[in-house]
Amino acid sequence: MTDTTVTTAATPTVSSSRRLAIESMSAYYGDVQALADISLTIEPHTITAFIGPSGCGKSTLLRTINRMHETAPHAKVAGSIRLDGVDLYGANVDPVAVRRKIGMVFQRPNPFLTMSIRDNVLAGLKLQHRKVSKTHGDDITEMSLRAANLWDSVKDRLNKPGSSLSGGQQQRLCIARVIAVEPDVILMDEPCSALDPISTAAIEDLMINLRRDYTVVIVTHNMQQARRVSDRTAFFTVAGAGEPGRLIECGSTEQIFSHPVHQATADYVGGRFG
Amino acid sequence: MTTLAFTSTLSRPERATAATVRGAVAGAGLLVTVVLIGVGAFLAVAGWPGLTASSSELPLGASNFWALAAPLVFGSVWSAVLAVLIAVPAAVGVALYVTWFAPRAVAGFLAALVDVLAAVPSVVYGLWGLMALAPGLAPVYAWLGEHLGWFPLFAGQPSATGRTIATGALVLAIMIMPIIAAMCREVFQRTPRASIEAAQGLGATRWEVIRLAVLPFARGGIICGAMLGLGRALGETMAIAMVVSPAPFLIGFSVITSANPNTVAAFIAQVFPEAHDVEVSALIGLGLAMFLITFIVNACARRVARIYGEPR
Ligand SMILES: Nc1ncnc2c1ncn2[C@@H]1O[C@H](COP(=O)(O)OP(=O)(O)OP(=O)(O)O)[C@@H](O)[C@H]1O
Ligand SMILES: [Mg+2]
Repeated sequence: MTDTTVTTAATPTVSSSRRLAIESMSAYYGDVQALADISLTIEPHTITAFIGPSGCGKSTLLRTINRMHETAPHAKVAGSIRLDGVDLYGANVDPVAVRRKIGMVFQRPNPFLTMSIRDNVLAGLKLQHRKVSKTHGDDITEMSLRAANLWDSVKDRLNKPGSSLSGGQQQRLCIARVIAVEPDVILMDEPCSALDPISTAAIEDLMINLRRDYTVVIVTHNMQQARRVSDRTAFFTVAGAGEPGRLIECGSTEQIFSHPVHQATADYVGGRFG
Repeated sequence: MTTLAFTSTLSRPERATAATVRGAVAGAGLLVTVVLIGVGAFLAVAGWPGLTASSSELPLGASNFWALAAPLVFGSVWSAVLAVLIAVPAAVGVALYVTWFAPRAVAGFLAALVDVLAAVPSVVYGLWGLMALAPGLAPVYAWLGEHLGWFPLFAGQPSATGRTIATGALVLAIMIMPIIAAMCREVFQRTPRASIEAAQGLGATRWEVIRLAVLPFARGGIICGAMLGLGRALGETMAIAMVVSPAPFLIGFSVITSANPNTVAAFIAQVFPEAHDVEVSALIGLGLAMFLITFIVNACARRVARIYGEPR
């Protein structure tokens, strides 16, 4: 079910480094502050894992990175996020343009159910009004689906609707859809939480391959997963209901799991919390 | 034989309640059927003399019943279809604006306003159509006739009074727009959040989110709304009776002339006060025709909804 050879849709043109610098980010839902003063650098061509208890703001932080946060009613942010030095919250920045550069994979697979598999893969390109010829479209479809380890299982039914796939396949289709537009950064919010162990393993392999070409950030509740796939880990926590989430520490995954600086981190990754 | 323990766990009173509810529901279903059959039977029996009447006994001196009925049935369907064609895009637009574009306060106000439109009695619309809309549109019809007269809809001598089937259909459209808009608003609001985020996450603008995520899910609801509107427009009497100046026995597609097809409902309302003997039977026969047309339109609507309603 997984391809043995993995080609990537993007030929790595590492002109810019694709480093994300999050500086003093705070995020709000109306009057409720969900994140307080997060500063964190996300290194290019690595996988950074966000871990922490439920409600500590992992998803919120992830969604501030591609400016999805502000689609929630009355949502606000303070602080800045720079991608290669450019402030994503700068005055002349269009959030829609940011989302085209920073792709997102959601917790629940959400392909466009009414569209064909091929159209799903190309949906992002069509949105960018790029002229895609039939053969070029075929190439991008194949490369993206290969990169997402999905090509072999769907190559004979590219015109079937997205709804005809299993959950794990749908999630890989969503990843292919993101890869097709060759973003700078890929954000994944618990991408495996709705999947079985085999699909999960397939997606973990895929993430490791994506690191070559992309800066990847994942949110996960699965400590083994964070250890297996990520290079760096950021641990967040929250003092209680109504309190904002805070960053406790961020470092190499090895360091966070073996020699954390803070006791709270040690307790959490060791399975002792509360 | 061993008895398995899969017997009902309902207590005796619970079982009695379940039986009562089942009975009541079945009774309601039966009642609807009986009423429908009853009305149909009455129309058939009371209308029969009209269906077989001779020219001298029929209203307008029609040569036979079908010569009388066909143009009226055509008028009913034609005006209702025109009204739906006008109302659906307007309703979809209003609903999209209210759910996706309007600031919160404006959206609430507009939604309430649309609901008020639905509550205005049709006589009021009829009066307004006759006194204000028709004269206002007369110059428009003159212009259309002059410049687009080659197009079948705008053929013929434009009406000087504006009391055309186009005006009538417009009034009908305004009357049915609120029902359709309410239905659309409902389905637009129910778009799965996951689909909306899928589109937004790919960098879709607001309009692109609507095209990618909202409309594919809403199609069934929009069609349902259109069918509700069509039903209402088919049965509407006063707006057409007051606004449109009819010509007898006319079947024609031009919408801007002073000779317009009449509708069944309007014709019955106009002729019934003066009708006697077999004429009354003929009018009841027209009612029967309308009754049947409603069934046919409903059946077609169901087909359309089944074919196009599912998200694709
Ligand atoms: N749309 C929203 N409106 C209001 N409050 C929200 C919204 N989404 C999240 N929150 C609140 O913000 C805080 C952080 O939520 P967030 O979803 O970022 O947590 P999380 O770390 O991703 O949790 P989980 O691990 O359960 O996914 C929580 O207190 C949550 O209740
Ligand atoms: Mg979350």
